[in-house]
Amino acid sequence: MRSDQRSSKWLKLAAIAGLLFLHLPLALIFLYAFTTEATSYQFPPPGLTLDWFEVTWNRADVWEALGLSVKVASISTVIALVLGTLCAAAVSRSRFFGREAISLLVILPIALPGIVTGISLRSAFNLADIPYSTLTIILGHATFCVVVVYNNAVARFRRLSASMIEASMDLGANSFQTFRYIVLPNIATAMLAGGMLAFALSFDEVIVTTFTAGQQATLPIWMLEELVRPRQRPVTNVVAMVVVLVTFLPILGAYYLTRSGTDTAGAGK
Amino acid sequence: MSRAFTVQPGSVHTGVAGRLSDLFWRRPKLLLALMLAPPLLWLGIIYVGSLFSLLLQSFFSIDEFSGLIQYEFTLKTYRELLRPANYDIILRTTLMAAAVTLASVVIAFPISYFAARYARGRMKAIFYLGVMLPLWSSYLVKVYAWKLILAKEGILSWFFDSVGLMPVLEAVLALPVIGGNSLSVSYIGTFLVFLYVWLPFMILPIQASLERVPANLLEASGDLGASQGQTFRYVVLPLALPGIVAGSIFTFSLTLGDYIIPQIVGSSRLFIGQAVYAHQGTAGNIPLAAAFAVVPIIIMAFYLWMAKRKGAFDAL
Repeated sequence: MRSDQRSSKWLKLAAIAGLLFLHLPLALIFLYAFTTEATSYQFPPPGLTLDWFEVTWNRADVWEALGLSVKVASISTVIALVLGTLCAAAVSRSRFFGREAISLLVILPIALPGIVTGISLRSAFNLADIPYSTLTIILGHATFCVVVVYNNAVARFRRLSASMIEASMDLGANSFQTFRYIVLPNIATAMLAGGMLAFALSFDEVIVTTFTAGQQATLPIWMLEELVRPRQRPVTNVVAMVVVLVTFLPILGAYYLTRSGTDTAGAGK
Repeated sequence: MSRAFTVQPGSVHTGVAGRLSDLFWRRPKLLLALMLAPPLLWLGIIYVGSLFSLLLQSFFSIDEFSGLIQYEFTLKTYRELLRPANYDIILRTTLMAAAVTLASVVIAFPISYFAARYARGRMKAIFYLGVMLPLWSSYLVKVYAWKLILAKEGILSWFFDSVGLMPVLEAVLALPVIGGNSLSVSYIGTFLVFLYVWLPFMILPIQASLERVPANLLEASGDLGASQGQTFRYVVLPLALPGIVAGSIFTFSLTLGDYIIPQIVGSSRLFIGQAVYAHQGTAGNIPLAAAFAVVPIIIMAFYLWMAKRKGAFDAL
């Protein structure tokens, strides 16, 4: 019924203009990665070159920051996968007192402004005399990554029929076998999607990280320093482009994994 | 398969795993508790514990002479928030959050409306990914892109220059308060970056609420003689309101808590997030930083309460 109505020209125009507004700045990042201009943000670029890719490739600090980011994001994702899936399983399998409170608790780290999460963690680490290290970064990241895994898993558990689990048990499988052969295959893609989004979220996080990191720099922290005090504009341009490409992949992946369902991943960053 | 027929309670399964399974089956609460324990312990200790310690610190104060934190209960730190300099920071941040929220509703609505009502098949996927990719792109890269755009030698100046509208840009920048030397050091710049970075957070909830509006409702409204404007005003808008409120919670909260955007693009006047960062960092005044951090929480709580009172959640 809906499709036989035509949208007004103005609505379509406004919608497309809005999408362009969202995408042109990102497109600009790609252009600037090739500019020959090294000391200003001149537009249009005076010339195009591939040299900065080589310069960036040989930069040890960029690789170090990238390595730390990947390490933090991987460990946080694993922790978030375990905690988020457990929580989703518990919440969706039964109704119990405090169920709503648990959903709220999981969402809170991302619903409150990042600075609140950041400074809370920092003041807690201070009070508990925990030195800032990779561990404190991971503690923070895992905390706000739980919610994306949880959201994806909860949506999938809702579609997983309880009679399948009962049937498995009736046929003699124990809980662990049921989990391994029935539950896991059913929720695997949702977990994968949630994990990818958690990775992307952690990989990109900067606000909480500035509060929980000591001397080490994750890639976003490295970028932030370059933004505040630009020293290596061309290198920053290249890194920015690579980061955009790297974050696009998990999003596209998560989209194709959960496309069939009504609950598509990523809708609740 | 004979096992399945010897139905004796408790002896259906053998082995440790089997006996554990039986135990879980007989006592589902135990399994539930085991499943909930790790996430709840993690979030409870690390997150709620931290929030609590933040709240606690905001009731301490700092000794003005020694610069040390005095660990006794006082409201002195909160009183300090009301000093003109600090009060201005709170007011400035709240006004910016309100402006960003309003503007993002205006820009997001056509996108959501078109995507929810008219886009089908391929077009729908394009709109979905078209919002999702900017949403998930690196926050810093997005801010960086705007630094490129707003720079004096950047694309926006170039554009205004090539179409001969440079005087317009200069006139806008000459305006008091919102203007500045260049776009990248003015409130207009800060506003644009905030708007860009949080816009997807407004589009998605509005689109979700519009998807639920049945098309025949709009047809009925038209059949009963309402003009397009009236249908929009009395049918679409009220039904989209929960989405708008949900989106505004994001844009408002995120703007309140951000300290990076105003630091990179904007005048040197502080926002709440920057104040928190400055006080906990170089100044070492953790109590005041904590008190500042409580402000967005209170504003958000008040905002949610108002939204609830206005019935914005009833339709959810």
